[in-house]
Amino acid sequence: MQKLFLKKGVSKKSAYNLRNPKDDKFERHTLAILVDNEAGVLARVIGLFSGRGYNIDSLTVAEVDHTGNLSRITIVTSGTPSVIEQIKAQLERMIPVHDVHDLTTEGASVERELALFKVFAKGEKRVESLRLADVFRAKVVDSTLVSFTFELTGTPEKIDAFADLMVPLGLEEIARTGVAALSRG
Amino acid sequence: MNNIMSGAQIVVEALLEQKVDTVFGYPGGAVLPIYDEIFKQSKIKHVLVRHEQGAIHAAEGYSRSTGKPGVALVTSGPGATNSVTGLTDALMDSIPIIVLTGQVPTFMIGNDAFQEADTVGITRPCTKHNWLVKDTNILGKTIHEAFYVSTNGRPGPVLVDIPKDVQFASGSYLKKTDFTPKRYKPKTKPNSDLIFKAVKAFENAKNPIIYSGGGVINSGDNASKLLRELVHESDFPITSTLMGLGCYPASKKNWMGMLGMHGTYEANMAMHDCDFMFCIGARFDDRITGKTDEFSPNSTKIHIDIDPSSINKNILVDIGIVGDIKTTLQAFLKLWRKRGSKSSMSKSWWKTIQGWRAVNCLKYNKSKSSIKPQYALQRLEELTKNTDRYVTTEVGQHQMWAAQFMGFEEPKRWMTSGGLGTMGYGFPASIGVQLAHPKSLVINVAGEASWLMNMQELGTAVQYNLPVKQFILNNERLGMVRQWQELLHGGRYSHSWSDALPDFVKLAEAYGIKGICCSDPNKLDDAILEMINYDGPVIFDCLVEKHENCFPMIPSGKAHNEMILSAEEPEQEIGKSGAVLV
Repeated sequence: MQKLFLKKGVSKKSAYNLRNPKDDKFERHTLAILVDNEAGVLARVIGLFSGRGYNIDSLTVAEVDHTGNLSRITIVTSGTPSVIEQIKAQLERMIPVHDVHDLTTEGASVERELALFKVFAKGEKRVESLRLADVFRAKVVDSTLVSFTFELTGTPEKIDAFADLMVPLGLEEIARTGVAALSRG
Repeated sequence: MNNIMSGAQIVVEALLEQKVDTVFGYPGGAVLPIYDEIFKQSKIKHVLVRHEQGAIHAAEGYSRSTGKPGVALVTSGPGATNSVTGLTDALMDSIPIIVLTGQVPTFMIGNDAFQEADTVGITRPCTKHNWLVKDTNILGKTIHEAFYVSTNGRPGPVLVDIPKDVQFASGSYLKKTDFTPKRYKPKTKPNSDLIFKAVKAFENAKNPIIYSGGGVINSGDNASKLLRELVHESDFPITSTLMGLGCYPASKKNWMGMLGMHGTYEANMAMHDCDFMFCIGARFDDRITGKTDEFSPNSTKIHIDIDPSSINKNILVDIGIVGDIKTTLQAFLKLWRKRGSKSSMSKSWWKTIQGWRAVNCLKYNKSKSSIKPQYALQRLEELTKNTDRYVTTEVGQHQMWAAQFMGFEEPKRWMTSGGLGTMGYGFPASIGVQLAHPKSLVINVAGEASWLMNMQELGTAVQYNLPVKQFILNNERLGMVRQWQELLHGGRYSHSWSDALPDFVKLAEAYGIKGICCSDPNKLDDAILEMINYDGPVIFDCLVEKHENCFPMIPSGKAHNEMILSAEEPEQEIGKSGAVLV
C-alpha cells in the first residue's frame, strides 16, 4: 500500500480541527458566506478584508435564493491558522451574515472555476491548441480564422495548468470567474 | 393595524416608543422635516450642540452613564462626516448609540448634490451596522432594528441615513411591539462544558488574578454585582482595564488598581507572574498586554466575552467562553458554589502582592511651590469622593493620572475614551452625563490641549445651564506627546506645546460662567471647593507642573515586569522595535 503523507490537521476528512493555532504557516481556505442580498453587503465583506489586512485570493458572489434574497459569497483567502479563525469570527458577527462555512476544514468539498481563454495561433500551433483543449475537455465557444476562444471548467489548478500550456501557443486574454465551492454529499 | 404617517413623524414616533428622552443634534437642510416634528412635540428634549462631534460624544456620555442607548440627530454631508470620530470612538469602546443622519433626496443620490456625502459608505467601518432607508414603509422597522442591533450582543454605534424625500413621504409605521429581529441573534448563554472546565481551573488556581473590563459594565449592574460576589467569596485579587473602572469598588482590599501601560506595579506584576488569569469582559488590548509574546507566560487563561472575535484575537487563551458576562458569571458561580466554593490559592500569593504594593508605584515628588498634577487629582478625589459624582476625561496624561488617583465604587461613574483615545471627548461627554443626571456632580478632568478641541460646547453647557465642572490640568503642553518625545526622541519637543493659550477665566466670563484659576498648592482645596459649590458651569484652570511625567509606565515593546517606576530610574533603553509602536 502506498504510504500516506498526511500532515497534522491537513486531512479534510478529520472530524476535529487539529490545526495548531500558533502555527505561522500560511494556509489557503475557501469560505462560503451566506448573506442577505441587500445594498452594500459586498462592500461590507470586502471592507472587512481590506480594513483588517486580510487576503482575498478569489471572490465570487451571486444571489442563490431569489425568494429569500440570499447571496452566497465564496472567498478564497490565505493566512495563518489564527488569522483564518479571526476572519471567520469577524465575518460571523456582521449583521447581514447568516452563515460562514470553512469548506477547507468542514470535511470534503468540491471547487470549480470557469475560465475563458482567447488564443491567437496559426498552423501547427493552432492545431496543437485544439488538441490540448480536447485533452482538458475545454469547449470551443468562439472561433475566427486566426483565433479560438476556449471555455474550461475545473479546479483553479486545472485552469492554471491549461493557461500555462496555452501561453506559448498564443494565449492573449483570459477571464476567470473565481471559485464556486460546495461541501460534498 | 399600522398607522400611516410621514417619515419624519415615524422617526419621532419610533424614538418615543424606544423611550428616548434626550436627542443631541444639530439641524440642517436634509433633516428639516424631522426638526419640524421635534418642534411640534414636548416629550423628547432636543439638545442643540455646537458641532456634530460634540453631539456624538454627548450621546456616548449619556449612554455610558445610564446604560441606555444615546441618540444623535445630524444633517447630511458635513453633519455626517463630523460624526465619524464619535462613531469610531463608540465602536472601539462598545458604547450603544443611534445616530440619525439626513440625506439628500433619493433621486439626487450620486449626483454630487449640495451637502451630499456617501454616509453609509463612509461610516460602514466605524459603525456596528448602518442603513440607508429608501422607502418610508420600512423606516419604522429600520429604526427599531437599529436600536435592537445597537444594544444587543456587543453594544456599538449604529447609523440610519434618511433621505429628505423619505422624511416627507407617507408610509406605514411598524410599531415596536410588532418588530421581531430576524437575523441578528448573538449568543448570550455560555456553553456548560466550558463553564465546567473554567470552574475546575478556577479551583486549581494557586496564584490567580481576575482581569475585568468594560464588558462587565456593558452587561449591566447585575454583572458588577456578581463580579463582587465572585471576588468576595474567592478572595482573589482583581484588576481592571481603563474601561472597567468602577465594576469593582476601588476601596476594597482585593482591588489592585488599573493594569496596563500606566497601570499599577502590583497589577502588572501579578498579571505577569500569575498561574491563572480570569479575563472577564476585556479584550487583551495592546495597552494592556505590552509585549504579547512575554505576556503572562505561565498562566492558564480563561476569557469570557460576548464577541467571539475578541477571543484568541491578541492572546491565545486556554478556555474561551462566548456569552453575556452576567449570564456566564451566574452559571459559573452556581456551579462553583454547588461544588463547595473550593479554592487552592496559595497562602504566599497575597504576601507576594503586598510586597509589590509596598513599592508604592504611584509616589511622586511633592512640591510646595507648584501644583503637581497628581496632587491636584488627589485633592479632587478627596474632596469629591463621597458625593454623587460622575467623572469624564479627555485623553492624555491627565486621563491616566485620573485613572490612577481617583477611585470608583460603582459602575457607570467613569466615562473616558479608551480604545480610540479621542482628545476632545470629555467636555461633550460631560454634557451628556449631566443631562442624564441633572442633580449630580459632573466633573471633566481635562488637559488644556484636549479641552480646546471641543471647547465650542461651552455654548451648549451655558444654553442648557448644565453645571459641568471643567477641571483643566493646564501644563501648556501636549503632556503625553511631550513625555514620549522626552523618552523616545531625545527631548526634541516637536510641536507639543501651544504658544497661544486663552485666558481660561476670561473665556469663562465671555460665556457668562465662572472661571477659577489656581497655581498655588496651598490654595487648591479652597479653589476646588469653590468649583464644587458653585451652581453652574465652571472652568477650573489648574496651572500645574509643566514637565511632569506619568509613571509607572510599561515602555513600548516591553513586558509587564519591565515597568519604569520613576524618572530617576536608570535610563531604560527603548529599542527601535519599541519606538515604532504607539
